[in-house]
Amino acid sequence: MIKVENVSKWFGDFQVLDDCSTKVDKGEVIVICGPSGSGKSTLIKCVNGLEPFRDGTITVDGISVGDKSTDLPKLRSRIGMVFQNFELFPHMTALQNICLSQMKVLGRDRDEAEARGMKLLERVDLVEHAHKHPVQLSGGQQQRVAIARALAIDPIAMLFDEPTSALDPEMINEVLEVMVELAQEGMTMIVVTHEMGFARKVAHRVAFMDEGRIVEEAPADAFFTTPRQERTQLFLSKILQH
Amino acid sequence: MFRDFDFQVIFGNLDILWDGMLITLLLTAVAIVGGILFGTVLALMRLSKYMVLSLVAGRYVDAFRSTPLILVIFWFYFAVPIVIGRPIGGLYSVLIAFTLFEAAYYCEIIRAGIQSVTRAQFSAGLALGLTNRQTMGYVILPQAFRNMVPVLLTQAIVLFQDTSLVYVVGLKDFLTAADLIAVRDNRVVELYFTAAVVYFVLCLTASLWVRKLQRKYAI
Amino acid sequence: MAMKYNWDWSILLCRLPEADPTGAVEPGMPGSGSTEFGGGMGQTFDTGAECAQPYFDWIVSGLGWTVVVAICAWVITFSLGSVIGVSRTVENKTVRAIATAYVEMFRNVPLLLQMFIWFFVVPELLPEDAGRWLKRDLPFPEYWTAIVCLGMYHASRTAEQVRAGIESIPTGQTHAGLAMGLTQTQVYRYVLLPVSYRIIIPPLTSDFMGIFKNSSVALTIGVMELTAQSRQIAEYTFNIFEVFTLATVLYMLVTLIVVTIMRFVEAKVRIPGTIALGGD
Repeated sequence: MIKVENVSKWFGDFQVLDDCSTKVDKGEVIVICGPSGSGKSTLIKCVNGLEPFRDGTITVDGISVGDKSTDLPKLRSRIGMVFQNFELFPHMTALQNICLSQMKVLGRDRDEAEARGMKLLERVDLVEHAHKHPVQLSGGQQQRVAIARALAIDPIAMLFDEPTSALDPEMINEVLEVMVELAQEGMTMIVVTHEMGFARKVAHRVAFMDEGRIVEEAPADAFFTTPRQERTQLFLSKILQH
Repeated sequence: MFRDFDFQVIFGNLDILWDGMLITLLLTAVAIVGGILFGTVLALMRLSKYMVLSLVAGRYVDAFRSTPLILVIFWFYFAVPIVIGRPIGGLYSVLIAFTLFEAAYYCEIIRAGIQSVTRAQFSAGLALGLTNRQTMGYVILPQAFRNMVPVLLTQAIVLFQDTSLVYVVGLKDFLTAADLIAVRDNRVVELYFTAAVVYFVLCLTASLWVRKLQRKYAI
Repeated sequence: MAMKYNWDWSILLCRLPEADPTGAVEPGMPGSGSTEFGGGMGQTFDTGAECAQPYFDWIVSGLGWTVVVAICAWVITFSLGSVIGVSRTVENKTVRAIATAYVEMFRNVPLLLQMFIWFFVVPELLPEDAGRWLKRDLPFPEYWTAIVCLGMYHASRTAEQVRAGIESIPTGQTHAGLAMGLTQTQVYRYVLLPVSYRIIIPPLTSDFMGIFKNSSVALTIGVMELTAQSRQIAEYTFNIFEVFTLATVLYMLVTLIVVTIMRFVEAKVRIPGTIALGGD
């Protein structure tokens, strides 16, 4: 469903992505991990065209992302994205955040949007907070609203850019639980994260990125038990000690 | 419209225009120096722990910042000679007006600059064993100054443009000089256009330089 | 040795006589002084002052024009300034360049000179018919000129504030908006501008106050606003202190009202749970 082929990207003279290739089939969950600055956030932002890239191609459900003639807003309305800093819109309530894209992008009317919105809030266990503004919610609550907001447009795939990195430790689980449920329901997901427990539980494949390159990619079991590359082994040994 | 542009009226009157520019520059320079000096005093008064000083400075700043500059010029040009009982020249009354007016604006800039250096920095200085005064002098003011300089300079550019308002009392600054020639020789287009170009080039150059300075010394 | 100064606050209350001869009379000294208005009728606010002219009415008229000119200019400023401010943040290089040119042009030339150019030069530069209409047929030409000039001058400052407001919002917000399928225009409309305008209320307020003060510059082209009127009264009566004090107080009052209105606006649009921006 999502194909990344030989993608390279430069910021000026600095190469951020170096010949990255991977693919995600329908219903698959792939986790991308790696040290800071390895390019994983940049790569995931290329998938829905938030970041442009110079070489290579990315196709989502057959549509080429880099092609100038592609209707990017339309393509993006079929992919949901969750950000490290939640990025809820501060001047709108939780419910309004969830309804915005439904009404303005998908053209649903207000009642339908609010009904679906409340159902999604129920799913992430936040119904009582529907009319609160983000500033009145905790980090974990905001991120769950963000996930509900991304799901509101009935996406074919979900992108997660370090969804728990900005959370206090005690709130990480509530968000991961929602993500695990999503994966178990068969959502196609690309997740950039350090949470290896999550990866072990639901990932089909794991990729390790370093310095802009996908150093290793393997089915989850094989990745954790028998990592082939030395850099992968080094990285795993460091983060699995926590 | 520009076919009949009479360059001679410009070049033939360069001396008058130059004299006008000198007055403009004089006004600007005096108001900047005086404004910053008095503005610093006002800022320290506003930040002091004595209520009286703080209030007096506060009212002063509020008064001058709510009043149009033209009215302030009129105050000092017409009213002050009556108070002190004898006429003062147009130039002196305007110099005083501008200095006192700008001081109010500089006070706010300086005050904001000092307050922008966090209390934590002040505590750090004290924790090292420095006295209040030493902390102000070695830790706070240097940082405050670096923060302030771009804004102080920008205010100076605004002041340079504001000096044109001495037109209302007939003082011959650059703009008034240009206007005099324009009316006398009936050549408004040439003179106003030239004046605009001069101001534009000078102010734009100055503000680009300030921006460059900002980038270079950004903390 | 101070000059003998004739303090007389009551001249500020000189008014034109009203049609109703039993009109309101200020409690005070019974009228005894001359009441000539070049037509010789009684005056209201009968204070016994030497009323050669209806100074009170002049002040009211001046204040009125100050307010009208400022508010009309503000309409231009806010709309044009928003457009230009947003234009400075878009991707299109040409649009950005035009907006930048506007801002730099109107920012680096003194307001007084801009006033002169609008009033004296622009009619000359326009095609014959338009120029003639501006010079002869347009009613209240100096007032329209003042409004347009003030409006466009302050638009450049408003544009900078709008731009700063938009640029202060982290790019993550834009990304979030785009990621859900909003177009660039929708991102501005639903994500960036609502927050940006709330952020810039304090600098917009001081700019609004600035328009009221800068309306005084229009006296040079004949607009009889508050400063112009007070100057005129000073020339007629020599009661310079009284009239300038009144003018100053009125400007301070206007400023106070503006600040109060903006505080009210800010409180109304504040996002629940946030601390007041630009508080006391």
